[in-house]
Amino acid sequence: MDEFIHQVFSGLATGGVYASLALALVMIYQATHHINFAQGEMAMTSTYLCWALIEVGLPYWVAFLVTLVVSFGLGVGIQRFVIQPVEKAPVLSVVIVFIGVLVILNSLVGWIFGYTMKSFPSPFPEKPLFGNSFLSSHELGVMAMTFLVVGGLFAFLRLTPLGLAMRAAAANPVSSHLVGIRVNQMLALGWGLAAAIGAIAGMMIAPITFLDPNMMYGVLLYASAAALLGGIDNPFGAVLGGFILGVLENVIGAFVIGTELKLTVALGIMVITLLVKPSGLLGKTVVTRV
Amino acid sequence: MNLLSVRDLHASYGSIRVLHGVSLDVELGGVTTVLGANGAGKTTLLRAICGMVSRQGEITFEGKRIDGKSTPDIARSGIAHVPEGRGTFAPLTTEENLRLGAYTRKDKEVENDYERVFEYFPRLRERRAQQAGTLSGGEQQMLAIGRALMLRPKLLVLDEPSFGLAPLIVQEIFRIMRKINEEQQVSVLLVEQNANLALEFADRACVLETGRVVISGTPDELSNNEDIRRAYLGY
Repeated sequence: MDEFIHQVFSGLATGGVYASLALALVMIYQATHHINFAQGEMAMTSTYLCWALIEVGLPYWVAFLVTLVVSFGLGVGIQRFVIQPVEKAPVLSVVIVFIGVLVILNSLVGWIFGYTMKSFPSPFPEKPLFGNSFLSSHELGVMAMTFLVVGGLFAFLRLTPLGLAMRAAAANPVSSHLVGIRVNQMLALGWGLAAAIGAIAGMMIAPITFLDPNMMYGVLLYASAAALLGGIDNPFGAVLGGFILGVLENVIGAFVIGTELKLTVALGIMVITLLVKPSGLLGKTVVTRV
Repeated sequence: MNLLSVRDLHASYGSIRVLHGVSLDVELGGVTTVLGANGAGKTTLLRAICGMVSRQGEITFEGKRIDGKSTPDIARSGIAHVPEGRGTFAPLTTEENLRLGAYTRKDKEVENDYERVFEYFPRLRERRAQQAGTLSGGEQQMLAIGRALMLRPKLLVLDEPSFGLAPLIVQEIFRIMRKINEEQQVSVLLVEQNANLALEFADRACVLETGRVVISGTPDELSNNEDIRRAYLGY
């Protein structure tokens, strides 16, 4: 039983990382109706940046904040110079562009930092908090960070005029123009935020998976499955899906199919979701009356 | 004095030219209506003024050229466009739709204007927290006009506000628009299929046929014109 509880808790921790990355995917999906396949590599690049900053001697949290700011800029830059030019292109062209960004970032990081695995520090204490035996303090920290990110994002989107404008730009770009919202700036902002959220996901998972240029492949798959399971157009769904995915992955991996086949859990969930409830658990069909 | 004047406006969708040198004026505080059959270019004319289609020609608003500006900048200069089909932000609530109307404003009057919209359209107050996409057609039209008012526009551009609505609702909406025009000193540029109603409301009118203005003048002049009466007023 203890083993089971332990697996559930550590699943919740990795689930938090999936939830963050899924949230980043959903943000971009809502605004552009594309799944950003490069999201994982963007997060990986950010994580390497943070590692490099720590290596040159910056304290962890300073490096963390600098990484967030630079990642935000990177996201804005990718939207401006890579995505915006293909805005009106057919969907397959956009997918190819995303994959292009993925390959470029992956190779670039491998070229600069090498392909050997590196360890990545955790900002949280080594001893488990409160003397519990189920949860390391990093796992606890990851969960706390997830709630912080999710809460912050929701507060921004729900409570601030800028957040409202972002949701408006995603819902109806033409009408947004008519009320004076500069839609392209909103898209760039969305990409920036998604990149920063992805960066947090990367920095949180790296102490668990170690740092290497391919570290986010699996995570991106889980995050996509999470977004799909929760409802690709619903941020709440993405978070819920992330946690469900994390727990299922861990529990099924530990007790049913073994760790080698863990990734099939994600793929299986994708297939089942699409077959049984394509809109996802919380994905809603928008009601319109004509 | 003219608030808006359009001179020799051409507009096209890709290679298809829709407007061939349209000119019209909206007086300060006045109401100008554009009549015409389907496909005459009425909606395109409004879109061209707001920079939503590629256009050439001279568009002057408050004495300044706006024909090179982007749609958001034109909105910021004080033109609120209620588009064909109402342009509701369907997944957002009524309240959020209205707040978006005031997105560009930083002044403290926003709350007053918010209340004023509810005074004009009491039905919207009841629907405040409801998802806008679930409102009835008439309510969505009210919401669209309310959202436009939240911008505190100098010019309200309306694209067929009567479209698809029951006659009683149309009457009510026109009654409220007249009130808005009088009380708020908002000028109006109105495109309308319901020519009788539009001519009652307007102080200037013109008729568009295949992208050209064929006649313009006061509503009386148009109603007394034999051809216009037969083609658009139906008697």
